[in-house]
Amino acid sequence: MDTTALALSLQLAFWTCVILFPVGIFVGRLLAWYHFPGKAFVEAAIALPLVLPPTVLGYYLLIGMGSTSTLGQIYHQLIGRNLVFTFDGLLLASVIFNLPFAIQPMQRAFEAIPANIREAAWCCGLSRFQALLRIEFPLAWPGAVSALALTFAHTLGEFGVVLMVGGNIEGETKTIAIAIYDRVQAFDNATAGTMSAFLLVFSLVAIGLVYRLSYQRGRFGS
Amino acid sequence: MEAKGIKLRLAQHQPIPLDVEIECHVDELVALVGPSGSGKTTVLRTIAGLHHPESGQILCRDEIWLDRQQAIHVPTQKRHIGFVFQDYALFPHLTALQNVTIAMNGITTGQRASRARELLTQVNLKGLEDRFPGSLSGGQRQRVALARALAREPKILLLDEPFSAVDQVTRRKLQQELAILRRSIRIPILLVTHDLDEAAMLADRLYVLHKGQTLQNGKPIEVQRNPASALVARLMGHSNIFSATVEGHYPAEGITRISWRGRLLELELSESFAVGSTVNWVIHPSHIIMHRRDRPSFGERENPVHGVISEFLELGENAFLRLETDGDDEAYLNFTVSSHSAQRNNLSVGARAGVSLLANGIHLMPEH
Repeated sequence: MDTTALALSLQLAFWTCVILFPVGIFVGRLLAWYHFPGKAFVEAAIALPLVLPPTVLGYYLLIGMGSTSTLGQIYHQLIGRNLVFTFDGLLLASVIFNLPFAIQPMQRAFEAIPANIREAAWCCGLSRFQALLRIEFPLAWPGAVSALALTFAHTLGEFGVVLMVGGNIEGETKTIAIAIYDRVQAFDNATAGTMSAFLLVFSLVAIGLVYRLSYQRGRFGS
Repeated sequence: MEAKGIKLRLAQHQPIPLDVEIECHVDELVALVGPSGSGKTTVLRTIAGLHHPESGQILCRDEIWLDRQQAIHVPTQKRHIGFVFQDYALFPHLTALQNVTIAMNGITTGQRASRARELLTQVNLKGLEDRFPGSLSGGQRQRVALARALAREPKILLLDEPFSAVDQVTRRKLQQELAILRRSIRIPILLVTHDLDEAAMLADRLYVLHKGQTLQNGKPIEVQRNPASALVARLMGHSNIFSATVEGHYPAEGITRISWRGRLLELELSESFAVGSTVNWVIHPSHIIMHRRDRPSFGERENPVHGVISEFLELGENAFLRLETDGDDEAYLNFTVSSHSAQRNNLSVGARAGVSLLANGIHLMPEH
């Protein structure tokens, strides 16, 4: 078991969740409640990582974050580090390829709240922020947990984008998925098997948790 | 514009046309009735601040809640309204008690719980405080919604078809409870309903809305008996609406005569309609009296009309009849008799029958 790679993957998944949690709530709620010109295009753009081959997404990210790209140069000027082949770049890529996993469950959860529940909260004197905290979020939390679980599990398992953007640098960009690939290439099937089993069990538990929470969603009735 | 209760003028073209002027005093329960899409709910939502009309003014207890000209729009949270939604819109993750306490502010947590329990007791929900809405019946949810609406100590209570989602027995019970509850709260109450019986039973006054316009307002019985137009008459459920010509006014006798498809009918003096003018007239089925075959009475001389029964439908205690009048297959009278009376008079389709149209039940309306 490559514990360094596992620790890096967990670290990547954790920070991806930390960043995407508020983004998911904000964007998911926005898409659920409001209609605006170009909404379908925004939704399509968010869903792209679901349908694009990871190598294609990885390629564009590599180009977009490279040292000659505007983003790469600005980042270098501000932080003094490159984006590609670093943990920072990997995190940015992870955030982007996890957008649909973080946003869509939250969007569906907010969509499931009837509009007049929110209006009833305002009629009760709750400010919009109080209504979000005390009414909308408790009702949408299974969606939020689904989003977190899916994002976490998907980050652990992502291979193509990570390889394209991060390469295979020990302790910096070598995640557990890359490590498994590495071990197989080195004919170390025992270690590859252990790490694969870990990922399998973890993903199963995460998805199981998602389904369980989905069942709980209808618990309160209407 | 001054108001002890609430007074509002609203106008808009989109999304539905609206041009209404409504007033509801303290201690008054005013019903807004009309068909779907007439703008009833939009009026309530505008009062609540949930809808923004193109122009309008809302004054509640001397507070301006809306004045588009002065760019005043008090947010919903600051309007102190109690709103019972059609499907109640209870917060499903909160208990009945929490649904009520969440609407309270300005008092301690302990006081909130105690006040919420009082309110739930007032709406007959004692013992169900810890239940979630999902485990309450429709009637119980409605009561929680009412308690929640009252928890804010609102300046106005807005009820959007609050009885439409429950069965008839529960509806009657809830309507009685509201009538009792009214005695203990001194605020204007606006009730949106499409149930005319409900409006007649609960409201002090009603407004008839159609395509966003107020066609008439008044006491339910007055509007029912004296609709301002054939359209109001139709909206109030009248089925006997006809056209006639004013033949003459006879102040000495206190009557006006109209000619209805070749028949002369007498009614109470209605001099506001010019002689010779075409008018609409309406009669409520309760003012159509069936002649008894076995025992003719004096009342039969009052606007007698004879014909053949073309429709007969017995529903429980009542029988609904349609009388095709003699010599005129386009003049129908619809009325109701008790099933017992229908049987006694051997009424059935094809049978001959006579009725009297009570003069004081005939109401004239302008043609347009």
